[in-house]
Amino acid sequence: MTIEFETPKPVENARYLLQTVADNMMRPVSREMDENEHEIPYSYVEFMHTAMKAMGGSAGSLAPAEEKPSPPAPSPTGRGDGGEGKPKRPSVAYQVLANQLEMLSWGDVGMYLITPGGGLGAAAVQAAGNAEQREKFLSRFNGEKPTFAAMCMTEAGAGSDTSAIRTRAVLDEATREWVITGEKIFVTAGDKSFNDHPEFGKGFIVVWASIDPTAGRSGMRSFVVEAGTPGVKVTKLEHKMGIRVSDTASITLDAVRVPFENILGSPTVEKSTTGFKGAMATFDATRPLVAATGIGVARAAFEEVKKMLAEQGVEIRYGLPRQKLSSIERDVIDMEIMLKSAWLLVLKAVWMADNKQPNALESSMSKVKSGDIVTKITQKAVEIMGPLGYSREYLLEKWFRDAKITDIYEGTGQINRLVVARQVLGYSGSELR
Amino acid sequence: MYGFTPTDEQKMLIDTVVRYAKNDLRAAGHDAEEGKALPQKLVSKGWEVGVLQASIPEAYGGFGERSAVTGVLAAEELAFGDLAGALAVMAPSLFVTPVLLMGSEEQKGKWIPPVIEADWTPYTAALVEKSFDFDPSALKTTAVKDGDSYILSGAKTYVPYADSAKAMVVYASLDGATKAFIVEAGSGAVVSERIKLMSLNALPLFDVKFDGVKVPESNLLDGDFAPVLAAMRVTNAALAVGVAKASLEYARDYAKERDVFGVKVAQKQAIAFMMAEMAMEIESMRLLTWEAAWKLDTGAADAATEAYLAATGAADMVMMVTDRGVQILGGHGYIRDHPVEKFMREGRGFASFTGLAIV
Repeated sequence: MTIEFETPKPVENARYLLQTVADNMMRPVSREMDENEHEIPYSYVEFMHTAMKAMGGSAGSLAPAEEKPSPPAPSPTGRGDGGEGKPKRPSVAYQVLANQLEMLSWGDVGMYLITPGGGLGAAAVQAAGNAEQREKFLSRFNGEKPTFAAMCMTEAGAGSDTSAIRTRAVLDEATREWVITGEKIFVTAGDKSFNDHPEFGKGFIVVWASIDPTAGRSGMRSFVVEAGTPGVKVTKLEHKMGIRVSDTASITLDAVRVPFENILGSPTVEKSTTGFKGAMATFDATRPLVAATGIGVARAAFEEVKKMLAEQGVEIRYGLPRQKLSSIERDVIDMEIMLKSAWLLVLKAVWMADNKQPNALESSMSKVKSGDIVTKITQKAVEIMGPLGYSREYLLEKWFRDAKITDIYEGTGQINRLVVARQVLGYSGSELR
Repeated sequence: MYGFTPTDEQKMLIDTVVRYAKNDLRAAGHDAEEGKALPQKLVSKGWEVGVLQASIPEAYGGFGERSAVTGVLAAEELAFGDLAGALAVMAPSLFVTPVLLMGSEEQKGKWIPPVIEADWTPYTAALVEKSFDFDPSALKTTAVKDGDSYILSGAKTYVPYADSAKAMVVYASLDGATKAFIVEAGSGAVVSERIKLMSLNALPLFDVKFDGVKVPESNLLDGDFAPVLAAMRVTNAALAVGVAKASLEYARDYAKERDVFGVKVAQKQAIAFMMAEMAMEIESMRLLTWEAAWKLDTGAADAATEAYLAATGAADMVMMVTDRGVQILGGHGYIRDHPVEKFMREGRGFASFTGLAIV
């Protein structure tokens, strides 16, 4: 054990490769995709599908490729020292994935969101499914065609407060099928995952529903609903401030019949909150990854500002006392401090995940910080570049619009502050509401 | 690989530092600030913990290798105890570390062992100058070659223990580059009465004037100043993290005890969110400081820039955190019975503290 910041080789390789992808397949079409909302950049999707298959990568899923580790256990055991005398080489799978997502988001965070591989849908199966389910539902992502999966959690009346979910799943004892009814919104890649696209393979959506409304959170379960299942309808694609290339769907479920074995987790309700904790453990694992996407956008804006300033002959004079710096230099230096320190929080959180250390505090912290700084950095970038920053001739204004979503999805900055505060203060959910 | 856990050796040293910081420094901090003096026994005990000695090779009387990472770990914990006490304990490093980093073999052999092998003895350095835009890389104090001597001219401030130091390192501009010169006691430097700052009342600090002070040319430390400045900056950052952590922990414990409208203050989101942000900013600046220190240790090309960023970021962070520490205690935070107002006064100083400590 030591304190060090040497980029691991697999991370370096992944960054190098995806930098090429970002430079050649994302940036050149970034503007066009933003201007033509919901148009699909098939060449990028096809390429990433082929590349990830060849590399054994998983940039399109929010669970790492190599050994697919389960989310860190919420107990202070298993400190990742390898146990049996011989120190095992610890995994770097989450570290690699965070770096991949950072780099792809540096390219274009909207396009990153339409990377095939299963996204949050696959991550949910990975975290809450059994071995059989993982085999059955996840193998498709290595198939012939690019394939998508999506997570349907949010409802019109239930955002961060997932206990307010109204979608119901009732077991039909006669047919041994779950019957699901409800309305979901804000489903990332909902259209690509559920609707028929000849270019794509058959995906699925993971639907959160209550199997016992009297049980509150302990009654919440997720269900895999295959693409094309009767009764499911994609009713709307949202028009958004940014990430316009990514489809955000509304989905209605009207007495949708799903096989019994498609439930992720236990079909019975114990009077505990394990089901819900399973969902939350998913988020402990995925929050620093989503934070990494914010860092990617922030770095894009930061680097572009420095480049544009340099072209105008403005160099940043590091090392001078603040009293001697120009206001722009101070701004750029502050942006760099924010960017670097936030990225280190992400690295620590994923490093802990790789080392099987409980990281609820660190993962939420990294998400809060990333959301904060990407918002500030992209705002500052547009401001500093004046009329150029605000113009659609450049990408700065797009990154400003794209950035804001990373402070909102996967838990807003505020809900994550609540998680951090509870950890810092040693409070339960009922002590700090 | 990335790594976020100290080595076993570091852990052992830091455990000792933590015990000293909590039991000795923190316990004495309030009275030392009010009484404007640190008990000598307290400072000597801190010296015996051996943080500096552990970073000096055996050849010069120490028992380890220099590591900025170990240094920042220790500095954070010492400052968590009490900032003035931390600076006092670390004062001899102000003299030893530039000799180690900028000196020749001969100079190291001559100047380091007497400091390292003795009990805590006042040794110090003079860097800061009285100017709002003080810049360590563009000093107004000058050194001019005169035969086999250098003549030092200028004025320094914020110099710890200048009245009693056996010797000090004086930074001066030699043909435009910052260089270090060893000035022994009795060389003609004029030491003022103690100066008074917004905090650090327990630490004896002085103005020192050099009105053509002559030092032998063998007292020039001719190495590059940049790594020394970078080390000062990561030290500053680590000390800031320590003070910030002290403020957060005190405010947290208070807020969990104090009743308001039928709950504890800490149960109000307005307060809890402040503390979540304090914890987040402390942790992110700690990591930036660690990374900068690691880059110094590994000789990374951007180590100096990284140290500058860490010091700049940490100075902002500690101001924000210590301000909130006072705010969370409300009126009580403003009363000197509680340490948070002291932390806040110290917090503002980090923008000007470069040169007061080095690991």
